Amino acid sequence: MPEMKLVKSRGTVTVDVEHCKGCELCIPACPPAVLTMSTPVNHMGYRYPELHPGCTGCAACLLVCPDFVFEVFRFNEPQVHEVAE
Amino acid sequence: MTTTMSGRVLMEGSEALARAAIVSGCRFFAGYPMTPFTEVLEHMARLLPEVGGVCINAESELEAVGMAWGALSTGARAATGSTGQGLSLMQESFSEITLAELPLVIFNMARGQQDYFQATRGGGHGDYRHIVLAPQDVREGVEHVQLAFHLADKWRNPVLVYGDYLLAHTQEALCIEPMEFPALPAKDWAVDGSASGSGMSKNVTPLGVAKHGQEAFGQEGKFQYIATKTPLMEREVRVESGYLDDAETVVVAFGSPAKFVKYAIKQLRAEGHRIGYVRPITLWPFPFDTVRDAASTARVVGSFELAAGQMVDDVRIAVAGQAPVEFIGGVSTDHSGFGVGRLLEVGEIRTRLLALHEGRPQPQIPGYEKFTYQLQEHQETPA
Amino acid sequence: MTTLDTSTAPANARKIEQLKPDLLLTQEHHMCPGCGEPLAVRQFLETIQDLGVVQQAVAVAGIGCYTSFSGSMDVDLVQALHGRAPSVATGVKRMLPDALVFTLQGDGDMVNEGLQEVIHTAARGENVTCILLNNGVFGETGGHMTATTVVGQRTKNTLDGRDAAYHGFPILIGDLIAQLEGAAYVARGSVHNAGAVARTKKMFTRAFQSQLRHEGFSFVEVLTMCPTGWFIPTAEGPSYMNETLGEVHIMGELKVDGRVKTTEELHAENVARQHEVEAKLAAGGLDDHEGR
Repeated sequence: MPEMKLVKSRGTVTVDVEHCKGCELCIPACPPAVLTMSTPVNHMGYRYPELHPGCTGCAACLLVCPDFVFEVFRFNEPQVHEVAE
Repeated sequence: MTTTMSGRVLMEGSEALARAAIVSGCRFFAGYPMTPFTEVLEHMARLLPEVGGVCINAESELEAVGMAWGALSTGARAATGSTGQGLSLMQESFSEITLAELPLVIFNMARGQQDYFQATRGGGHGDYRHIVLAPQDVREGVEHVQLAFHLADKWRNPVLVYGDYLLAHTQEALCIEPMEFPALPAKDWAVDGSASGSGMSKNVTPLGVAKHGQEAFGQEGKFQYIATKTPLMEREVRVESGYLDDAETVVVAFGSPAKFVKYAIKQLRAEGHRIGYVRPITLWPFPFDTVRDAASTARVVGSFELAAGQMVDDVRIAVAGQAPVEFIGGVSTDHSGFGVGRLLEVGEIRTRLLALHEGRPQPQIPGYEKFTYQLQEHQETPA
Repeated sequence: MTTLDTSTAPANARKIEQLKPDLLLTQEHHMCPGCGEPLAVRQFLETIQDLGVVQQAVAVAGIGCYTSFSGSMDVDLVQALHGRAPSVATGVKRMLPDALVFTLQGDGDMVNEGLQEVIHTAARGENVTCILLNNGVFGETGGHMTATTVVGQRTKNTLDGRDAAYHGFPILIGDLIAQLEGAAYVARGSVHNAGAVARTKKMFTRAFQSQLRHEGFSFVEVLTMCPTGWFIPTAEGPSYMNETLGEVHIMGELKVDGRVKTTEELHAENVARQHEVEAKLAAGGLDDHEGR
């Protein structure tokens, strides 16, 4: 069984998948590096960002997104996720 | 300035035109110095601030028309001007301002009459026409400037006042009285920021791009819209004519030369010659009907212009083959090119009118033989 | 790897950043994937709202890819010709002295076609803000060289890279304008990463405030990515910009309070600011975005 650890997410985002044009600018922009590009594609044929635990709600992704794909939220209480090491 | 007992003031044409613009409510002017337009700019620079208006010495003619464009977009009455060469620089903006339906008033203080095509065909790209008013003297110029601002707003289309060197520098004693015009709709298309953020903000644009959610014409729709508006403006045609009832010879002339032509015809009539005239007051719309009707009973029609022959094309169109059409004007300027030349003289004009009337060839302009282009051997046969 | 549900707004959370600025009527636009221009548009539209001057705002648009924003920006707008926005803005502002008048232009528009216009407008100290979206190419016509293209940069008509001997040198328009007495606030921002975007927003704020205080001409240049015009994959936009435009057109506030900064000062500031912003982001956010 893999080792599990706890990761806190202080924030989260919604992603408007169908408007994403797959530019990938959000991926390196994310300071905790919790965005990765999907495997499936949207109706335009682009891959889009998917979110992993650890978001701080800093909104860096939103600042660099040319297609207005993100909304950013801060949890009232940080959410805790159990993830594999 | 000298004031007469009747309250009229002696002033040069340039000042009269500037004052006429100001009584029309013009509150923005931009221009670049160029003879013989420069004095209009000087007078505007002095007079506009006195009424809370703005006059900017632009860094080139191109920026002058741009600044007027911006001022017009806010709903203000604005104008620009130059002489023919300067207007050449403004042509792209003229075309697009027409598409954007902005009421620009343009002064051409022309160097002669060779800007007729530029004024009436539209020197810029695309399908458009400007209404063109051609005053014969300062007094009429004062009326035309006021009419120009009215017509520009009435049609949301630029109007050009075709002046010249003589008009600019002739002094007349005048009272600049504001004319009355019918009421016009409010400029609800103008922008001032107040609609920003409302969801119904406005675009002032030649491109036919509307705000998201509003219906857009697109470029194609805009072109068609302006193309269908233009013929409707033809009802603004204005013309003066005289001695036509029994005229054997009809002469067409515009602007200050027309006043000389009328004087010469008056003299010739007194001597028994049956010559009449048509003076287009609007160069566009051209008074095709008046010229056509005059030609229907004439033996010959002449076009007198201080140019190599431009208005003669419209005369030919109007006459439509009913009578022969002859060009009886010519290049007429001084050696600096500013526009008051040897043909602007009653004696010269009489000679040309009589030659037309009596079926003789037009005389050469004295001294111009050496300027005559000689066909070269390699040009003799068509390629 | 666990991925989280990002399809709906979460419970027990507050929204701190909305999808698009209120002044943008739709999120949809015609820009290419990876284009930097929408990033700049978001920031100045939000700034207008933050400053509470929405109903004074009048935009003057030039001609370039960004022209299509004329339909989606909920701002009273006058469309100008290529290069001619500064003179149109001059006419607007002279008739509406209390409006917030700004131009939106690209480098081809402003520095090629309209160089005379922007320099004279700045020299005259016209109380308007000119915004330059500088990607070093004519994007809309397919990626050709402009006056800001840097030596060595590959464009559609300099396929082997701009050669100074044949094509000459770029014009550093922000630096040029900073020299003019009529220019009150001159800054060059960038949108190559989140920190740069945040810094650029501050520049918009200061520029608009300068206009509202009637200090003279204000200018914000923004370096933007154009992967299509640069013939590179979208993800490489930021690094390509750092290696080309960013090396020559230096980011920073070029002129503030009447003082023009030197290149050394700008470099030092950039290093310091970048560290600052990265620290803030790592700590969980930039202050400006609290509770919008």
